Amino acid sequence: MDYLLLFIGTVLVNNIVLVKFLGLCPLMGVSNNLSAAFGMGLATTFVLTLSALASWIIEHLLLVPLHIEFLRILSFILIIAAVVQFTEAVVRKTSPLLHKNLGVFLPLITTNCAVLGVALLNVREEYSLVQSLVFGMGSALGFSIVMVIFAGLRERIAMANVPATFAGTPVSLVTAGLLSLVFMGFSGMI
Amino acid sequence: MFVATLVLTALGLLLGWLLGLAARVFAVEENPIVNEVEALLPGSQCGQCGFPGCSAAAEAMVEGNAAVNCCPPGGRALTESLAELLNIDLNSLGDAPVPQLATIDETLCTGCTKCYKACPTDAIVGATRQIHAVISKACTGCSKCKDVCPEDCISLNPEPLTLNTWHWTKPEAA
Repeated sequence: MDYLLLFIGTVLVNNIVLVKFLGLCPLMGVSNNLSAAFGMGLATTFVLTLSALASWIIEHLLLVPLHIEFLRILSFILIIAAVVQFTEAVVRKTSPLLHKNLGVFLPLITTNCAVLGVALLNVREEYSLVQSLVFGMGSALGFSIVMVIFAGLRERIAMANVPATFAGTPVSLVTAGLLSLVFMGFSGMI
Repeated sequence: MFVATLVLTALGLLLGWLLGLAARVFAVEENPIVNEVEALLPGSQCGQCGFPGCSAAAEAMVEGNAAVNCCPPGGRALTESLAELLNIDLNSLGDAPVPQLATIDETLCTGCTKCYKACPTDAIVGATRQIHAVISKACTGCSKCKDVCPEDCISLNPEPLTLNTWHWTKPEAA
């Protein structure tokens, strides 16, 4: 039950993108197109879950026993970069089209602050291994949901008659703000 | 200090080794020259070379399974630039397929627009119930329009000889 609460809490109530405002770069960058946004969500889900797991292992088996917690950010970034490289190799092999669609945003998952944020939050909240995993997966699912919703919204906005002042990125930012308000409405649910 | 350095080095080495392993397992055979060849090809995916599309043809050309002059829409100019890129002697090639041009028989055309929709290079102009015409400069002779025409009024013929298309014939073997 605790795990379920944690999961739903991370997906909806403490959504990583719209409530904690982490990982806004891909939210703006890859949400032009629904299928690319879906692929980005999948790739980030893979990276987030794996790096949450790997960073917990590094933290508790290496950094804490050796009292070198000051290396936390450095070693987490190292792990995340390696996982992203691995994901890129897998995506390029399994789906060349998706690889082409995601383009530069695939290696840029490395610098997606949501990934490092989740790893660091896991440490701050003192989560256990399973809790970190659930937290990572929940954040990733929350990220993917927001990506898909936002891409759908933007595809509709692309057809709409937007005033010239707001056309392009401004109206996307306004939309993201409104979507964020919607997700804030979940607060108090848990 | 020493421990920290050691741990980071070990971590880096381990991750590097894992990535190297992954790169080998998930290796994608990609030949950069294939992309270069594909960029030269017309890109209309007409299939006259016998391959499903231009990228498949480019791969076959690089591997040597297809002759560089197998692309009729590209014509002589393409053959020459491909032969230069792939370092193939032009004299070793046989006769190239002659580029074909589509023509529409105006007496039979009903203006159904089917050929006009099928054309990959937008070489056919026309509208519903208007007689269509082929822009010969844009036609690659892919015969897609011929296949869809319900009136069977499209024919493919070699390009008529003009000053721009004429070139010296090969010397006959003694």
